[in-house]
Amino acid sequence: MMTFLVRRTIGAILVCIAVTFIVFLIFIVVPGGDPAQRIAGKNATQQNIQNIRKDWGFDRPFYVQYYRMMEKMFSGQLVSYTSQQNVLDQIKQGMPATFSLAIGAGIIWLFFGILVGVISAIKAGKLSDRVITVLALIGISMPVFWLGIVTRYYLAEGGLTTLFPDGEYVALTSDPLQWFWHLVLPWLVLAVLFIGFYGRVLRGNVLDTVNEDYVRTAKAKGLPPKRIMRKHVLRLSLIPIVTLFGLDFAAVLGGGAILTETVFDLHGVGQYAAQSINNFDLPPIMGVTMYGALFIVFFSVLVDLFYAYLDPRIRPT
Amino acid sequence: MAELLLDVRNLKAHFATEDGVVKAVDGVSFELERGKVLGIVGESGSGKSVTAMTVMGLTRDVNSRFGGEVLYKGKDLLKVSDAEMQQYRGAEIGMIFQDPMTSLNPVYRIGEQIEEAIRAHEKVDKRVARSRSVELLRQVGIPNPESRVDDFPHQFSGGMRQRAMIAMALSCNPAVLIADEPTTALDVTIQAQIIELIDRLKDDFNSAVILITHDLGVVADIADEIIVMYAGTVVERAATRDLFYDPLMPYTWGLLGSIPRLDRPRPDRLHSIKGSPPSLITLPQGCAFRPRCPHAFDRCMEQPTLESHVDPPTHLDRCWLDVEYKRSHRADTISGRTEAA
Amino acid sequence: MSEVSQNGGPLIEVRELRKYFPIRKGLMQREVARVHAVDGVSFAVQEGETLGLVGESGCGKSTLGRTIVRLYEPTAGQIIFQGHPIEGHGARQLRPLRREMQMVFQDPYASLNPRKRVGSIVGDPLKIHHLGNKKERKARVEELLETVGLSPEHFNRFPHEFSGGQRQRIGIARALALRPKLIVADEPVSALDVSIQSQMLNLLEDLQNEFQLTYIFIAHDLGVVRHVSDRIAVMYLGRIVEMSPAEELYVRPIMPYTEALLSAVPVPDPDLAAKRERIVLEGDVPSPINPPAGCRFHPRCRYATQVCAEVEPPLVEYGNGHLAACHHPLNVDSALATAAAGSTAGS
Repeated sequence: MMTFLVRRTIGAILVCIAVTFIVFLIFIVVPGGDPAQRIAGKNATQQNIQNIRKDWGFDRPFYVQYYRMMEKMFSGQLVSYTSQQNVLDQIKQGMPATFSLAIGAGIIWLFFGILVGVISAIKAGKLSDRVITVLALIGISMPVFWLGIVTRYYLAEGGLTTLFPDGEYVALTSDPLQWFWHLVLPWLVLAVLFIGFYGRVLRGNVLDTVNEDYVRTAKAKGLPPKRIMRKHVLRLSLIPIVTLFGLDFAAVLGGGAILTETVFDLHGVGQYAAQSINNFDLPPIMGVTMYGALFIVFFSVLVDLFYAYLDPRIRPT
Repeated sequence: MAELLLDVRNLKAHFATEDGVVKAVDGVSFELERGKVLGIVGESGSGKSVTAMTVMGLTRDVNSRFGGEVLYKGKDLLKVSDAEMQQYRGAEIGMIFQDPMTSLNPVYRIGEQIEEAIRAHEKVDKRVARSRSVELLRQVGIPNPESRVDDFPHQFSGGMRQRAMIAMALSCNPAVLIADEPTTALDVTIQAQIIELIDRLKDDFNSAVILITHDLGVVADIADEIIVMYAGTVVERAATRDLFYDPLMPYTWGLLGSIPRLDRPRPDRLHSIKGSPPSLITLPQGCAFRPRCPHAFDRCMEQPTLESHVDPPTHLDRCWLDVEYKRSHRADTISGRTEAA
Repeated sequence: MSEVSQNGGPLIEVRELRKYFPIRKGLMQREVARVHAVDGVSFAVQEGETLGLVGESGCGKSTLGRTIVRLYEPTAGQIIFQGHPIEGHGARQLRPLRREMQMVFQDPYASLNPRKRVGSIVGDPLKIHHLGNKKERKARVEELLETVGLSPEHFNRFPHEFSGGQRQRIGIARALALRPKLIVADEPVSALDVSIQSQMLNLLEDLQNEFQLTYIFIAHDLGVVRHVSDRIAVMYLGRIVEMSPAEELYVRPIMPYTEALLSAVPVPDPDLAAKRERIVLEGDVPSPINPPAGCRFHPRCRYATQVCAEVEPPLVEYGNGHLAACHHPLNVDSALATAAAGSTAGS
């Protein structure tokens, strides 16, 4: 166990370092204009740009720039090129929204995904299964940005009906009811994709497991069908879902729900990431990417440990 | 006359599939008395496993149709509801399968799986169930059962897993144990252990055993009566000695002749039955074995009935050939001794 | 002890062949233990001969078969094919040899690529070795299909359209495509029904006569092995514990493990089954990760004594090409036993 944790920690560190390299490299290689110019603004003079370049260190060799950026990142002093704001502060500000989105949507999609998967497996081949399959495919196929805009149009204030508020995030601590109400649409829009996907995966797992020899043995022992389903079929079928969920959830927590956050204007970490990319603003991009990477790495360790707990044949190595 | 536990009469099991109706079992009859071992011998597609699974009610499905009767202690299990059948399974009839690795749930401990079987049929609390499962593991010869009871299946060896399966199947003292190819996946030295174990437990638990296998050597060892199945029907049925020393069905001769035997001199060439088993959707007209039988004649176009043509009326065969002809011609197929020593 | 044949030497010989699989644990994935799958095996097979390798799970017979055809890299020891050591050959040097040594596998359902047609499965070896153009290859494949008892029309079908026995024939046709000298057959009939099994065994025998093939036949079924083999080697935990001409093994087993194996095989004769003494071994086949000290069989052997737990018995000849590794050989009179123990025979 200790060796497992040590190895994974070292691996995590290496992954994060690699992430920073790659982000930095992309930034250098992709033509996006001179950062000095962007900071200087439209009406800057050549001299201004030169000064800025010197002040910000853009005239130094790349490895020096990289090193200094890393220094700033670890001391929490990364500052955006465009807005002069501290990246870490911005991320912290966005976290409550992102977390709220992730946790709420996660609960919804896990619960309904499992429900849909189990029902369509039990009724496999029948009409209800086929209907669910079609709905699941529609759910997977609808792009989040499209669905988000459509729901805003039909269901949110400023649209056809005014059932829901039109975006923005309200902190839980300030007004729980509004917090909830503002998040309903984003939760549903984000969850729809995953429900369809998880339902399909679980359906496939259940249909496979039902044909396993140990299920036949369970029937031969005279166990009631509900118990067989619960303890023998579902238990095994859910294991891969756990893995999937761990990583998907980590991605959303880490600011991966960029489209949803932007469409609903939640001002979370994901939206911040989107804006920064739009502005071609390296420090926030670097910060957000590291933030996301940390979540993924952490959760992937958790998932491996949990998997080993669920399936005793697996030992974490 | 021992108690008649299982009386199967003209059992049929047909399954509708995309390609047609598969007549997996098409007229099987046998009787099983307490304390006896019935061997069901056949190759793949003979219907032997489906017969056993149908007795257990495990083949019930929207696409299946059954015929005949399966009388367990007088009650027809084919007519019983699913909920009732569930009570018979495990408590009255237990079953073990071929591959013990895949037949045990990998994520639960052995003890848990045995206790689950017990508590499904008897109202006992966890502690009692656990001590019973430890005791059962001891009875099937697993060393250190108190600690092994908490192991997972992958921590057991193949032979031990099969013993655990047997323990689980016998946990509620069923009157009948069905063993479907219990030794096929095991090494030969372990196989011998398991067969001996089944024989001993049959006496300890005062039950009866149906042993399904393709290995004629195994049934020669412990079976009292044997039925040979081909293409879904019984083609010969006899007491063990009668089957081996006076086989009356060319398919049985073919089986006996095809085995490379250790107790006979090595033949120059192994006898082989030409062709392959028929499709169960489109069976040949008349006798199902006719296309492969070197002794087929015109009457074989008519399906033979299972009857006794010889002295012990318990020896039945499904073949039109004359008994004298059979006795004089079977040596072509089976080398060596066919009369009792 | 290899006898020199008229052609001047055995077709294939292995000397002290070993194949270990590492078990890695820990931070640096250090090797903490090894699976001693094949642990010092030596024998020679003459051209045209069939050597049977028999044993239970964990004895290493499959690993041995695969190591001989270089599907696995040997950990130590020599493989000598037609007089040339090949254990160190790289991939390029091995390629022409692959035409001479082929393998037939156990599971006819898993060893054929389900996405390829039969013509391709059997014909690909010819393509890979640049033998003939497309038309010639097709003709050859059709000829091979007929040889193994299938029809040339099966050229365009997929494996799933065939039964187990037919698939195994396809596998054999594939192995024969390059006209090899040696075929290693790894449990080729174990997955087949009895009536199909005998067809396959007859076919293998016919093919051996027609094409002068040499077989190394791996099986766990003692009856099957006896039928096909000229000589048989019994393996236990990675070593050969007895080797003898086929018939003699069954009449005069020397090593107690062989005796137990033979007595465990059920015979289809009820009176004989009731009469004979069945030696039922205790316990399970031990793991090849940590083989027992001394004679590997001693924990399960009913004749074991102190020396058996301490000293590993060497493989010694007891006359007539019959070798066994045992401190207390059965069926051997004392004079022969001492004479044998004195010599340092071993192949």
